[in-house]
Amino acid sequence: MGNISYEQAKRTVLRGLILLALVTVAEVFIALLGKGYIIPGFYLPTWLVYLAMIGLSLYKAYFIMGEFMHLKYEVKGLVSSILLPFLLLVWGIIAFLWDGTYWYQQREEYRTEFQKEREGHLLEEHELEDRLRMLD
Amino acid sequence: MSAETSTKDLETEQEQVSWEGGSKPFKASYGKLMMWYFIMSDAFTFAGFLIAYGALRFSVPTWPEPDFVFQSFPGGLHNMPLIFVTLMTFVLIASSATMVRAVQEGQRENKKGVVFWLLMTILGGATFLGCQAWEWHTLIVKEHMTLSENPFGRHIEAGTYLEGDGYDIEAGDTFQPGDFYLIHKVDGEWNPVAYQNEHGDVKLQSFGPPAFGSLFYFITGFHGFHVLTGLIILLIVAINAAGGVYVKRRNGYEMVEKVGLYWHFVDLVWVFVFLVFYLL
Repeated sequence: MGNISYEQAKRTVLRGLILLALVTVAEVFIALLGKGYIIPGFYLPTWLVYLAMIGLSLYKAYFIMGEFMHLKYEVKGLVSSILLPFLLLVWGIIAFLWDGTYWYQQREEYRTEFQKEREGHLLEEHELEDRLRMLD
Repeated sequence: MSAETSTKDLETEQEQVSWEGGSKPFKASYGKLMMWYFIMSDAFTFAGFLIAYGALRFSVPTWPEPDFVFQSFPGGLHNMPLIFVTLMTFVLIASSATMVRAVQEGQRENKKGVVFWLLMTILGGATFLGCQAWEWHTLIVKEHMTLSENPFGRHIEAGTYLEGDGYDIEAGDTFQPGDFYLIHKVDGEWNPVAYQNEHGDVKLQSFGPPAFGSLFYFITGFHGFHVLTGLIILLIVAINAAGGVYVKRRNGYEMVEKVGLYWHFVDLVWVFVFLVFYLL
């Protein structure tokens, strides 16, 4: 930032503020539009809304880190030593969401099993209720 | 002397210089570098929380709808989905921008400017915390969400309500799978409304996944705690700056820059908390 004038730097801050505010408003607008709040009866596919949200949020993060936290103007080695470890999160996210889906499937399996046992009179009604409650 | 030996000599010489220290490969001070690494470790803590949210959300059949849960606005207004939290987000972004201004004034060694913009940042952060307190208050006192009870449910079958709840549900109202509801408390007791599904079974509204409440309070609480500590540090730095402590250091108010990094990080985390809790 050394060779940027003071006036220019001040303008960058104002521009950044307006940009981040606009992106946030756009996110909320897409969220509400997608769920039919703005035009009654009009919905967007969920995957499209989610993609737009994640994309816009990542852009905000990029801008805050790059401009506000000055990472764009740091030495390459410093930047990589900070950013590269975050690649670990890629697998972290995949693995844990995968696991969450598995827990869901297990619960559904147990639920059907308990209901079958109840139909075969192996369980009393209150026992079934207790077991179903345990799954929640 | 051959060319080979002279190159070798030069390398040895460079190595010796490196071992003697004094070179700055990252061109950043120790404090700033360590602030970055602290931020990284803190980011991983937040990432752990948010990933846990994702895993738990994937593990249950339904999840509360954010634009239904967060639809209140001060002054008793309702049906304003996500408007209040958008306002909160804007306040936090604005306080991040004023922080950048404080850092810029610091680089010009302008004491008055630093103190003024730090105070603006503190004002923004305090406003954000106040907004969060209001949001928590609504959830705790009016909607009775606790760490283990979540009154925000979602229907998984179609049906007709058999009675009203005294709020927005009336007897005879119909609903579709995916429609959401809030179970109210009457005289301190939960009052789930009875309904009849398509097969003629009479059931009571069931509670939403209990993990939602604890995740919300823990994650937004952990973030709010970061904002609070940030405010305290900002206040200390502002007092120091006003007292001229950093003038004597003649390093372009580096302390302001380091606190700034932390403050932007708080804003950065909010981007993802906002994404996960309010947008997805």
